[in-house]
Amino acid sequence: MGTPAQPAARGFAMARPGAAAPEPAAPEPAGPAPLAPDATVDLGSQEQALRIAALLDRLDGEFVGLAPVKDRVREIAALLLVDRLRRGFGLASSRPSLHMCFTGSPGTGKTTLATHMGALLKELGYLRTGQLVSVTRDDLVGQYVGHTAPKTREVLKRAMGGVLLIDEAYYLYRPENERDYGQEAIEILLQVMEAQREDLVVILAGYADRMDVFFRSNPGMASRIAHHIDFPDFTLEELLRIAAAMLDAGQYRMDEGAREAFAEYVRLRMAQPRFANARSIRNAIDRLRLRQARRLVAAGGVIAAGDLMEISAADVRASRVFRGGLGPDGSRPRAEGTGA
Amino acid sequence: MRVTQGTFSYLPDLTDDEIAAQIGYAQARGWAVAVEFTDDPHPRNVLWEMWGLPMFGLADPAGAMLEVRACRAQYPDHYVRVTAYDASLGRQTTALSFIVGRPAREPGFRLDRQESAGRQVRYTLHPYAADRPRGERYAEGFSAQNGARGG
Repeated sequence: MGTPAQPAARGFAMARPGAAAPEPAAPEPAGPAPLAPDATVDLGSQEQALRIAALLDRLDGEFVGLAPVKDRVREIAALLLVDRLRRGFGLASSRPSLHMCFTGSPGTGKTTLATHMGALLKELGYLRTGQLVSVTRDDLVGQYVGHTAPKTREVLKRAMGGVLLIDEAYYLYRPENERDYGQEAIEILLQVMEAQREDLVVILAGYADRMDVFFRSNPGMASRIAHHIDFPDFTLEELLRIAAAMLDAGQYRMDEGAREAFAEYVRLRMAQPRFANARSIRNAIDRLRLRQARRLVAAGGVIAAGDLMEISAADVRASRVFRGGLGPDGSRPRAEGTGA
Repeated sequence: MRVTQGTFSYLPDLTDDEIAAQIGYAQARGWAVAVEFTDDPHPRNVLWEMWGLPMFGLADPAGAMLEVRACRAQYPDHYVRVTAYDASLGRQTTALSFIVGRPAREPGFRLDRQESAGRQVRYTLHPYAADRPRGERYAEGFSAQNGARGG
């Protein structure tokens, strides 16, 4: 409510005979009274601290590896908690800027983590709605003069209160075309990232080398992003854990022989060109399912639920990867094949 | 004379935080928020100019507040209102509408009497502002007060 000192409030109430002039409403207290400087707070008993711990545990369970990423999320969570405690003591606390840049090789979980970031920051109490708006260059940059600004604003408005994920952000900037409208989109983005820090979190995702070029040509963008997080490549052991989780989620299972064959498959595949970490694993599992289905249909006869779930060593060993895979230039070694 | 209209006509002018809270309520109900403006204060003037398109699919009031502020900055000497449209079947109408911006000085209305046949008198409301052409009606009235309100 406006305070009665505002001129607008004069026309509010009709004068009634006998009624006293309305008491000026006391300003709403912003929260509980500040704690005394010598008071103490038990961190372990803070309801928010417990919730954050549970949240980080869940993050650990859902994402394999990615230690630097988890460290950063843990730091952010701790900062938000400490800021809240500082407010409790009446100390100055400002909202940290949480714009982020995710870089890393293909298939290291950049986009997947970004999709979880909105929900995460909402639970941490940083964002209001936590929805994810995922866009690429096409959604931001217009096709003719005057088209870009409304288009970019529209996207930003939709992302307010949540996370705006710009995948492959370096495509926004096309140095070879100086009349490219991408620059205009970048300027609007920068302006909103600065002016409405508390309303949305912008995450840029892309491959590291191209992102470096992008930041070199847009220094303003680099400096407005507080968190540059590099996603490391997965190790063999992490990839196998990811594969196990994917198979579990799809209700498939491997016997011991198939598991051994698959570990060998991943080891060989990692050395071959165009290896895309978890994405390659997902594709490999999709092809395993194809081969399993073909084997079952070809065999015919009576089939139980267990057969439908079982992936055999032969399914894995049929892969082209065991026969040298693609050449260094991506060429296929043989014309015929098993579709692997 | 302070012109009032719409849902919160009996309240003092809402602050930006209160406006954002109302927009948040509308969006939580799935209503599409739109911003409109006019400088014709007559109560029968129901069709105001639209500021951009209705904002479907927004999850957070910050986006709509962006448009409210942009509209106020562009038309400081106009009335600005927020409407929320409920598209659900069976309703399909404006569910909420309230003024979020007004000129600094509102000269008000005069009553015109017209004598007609048989000593009959017809009355009509005439806004003083309407004596001037559109776009200039409240122009000189824009002063520090409007800025001070946080518009």
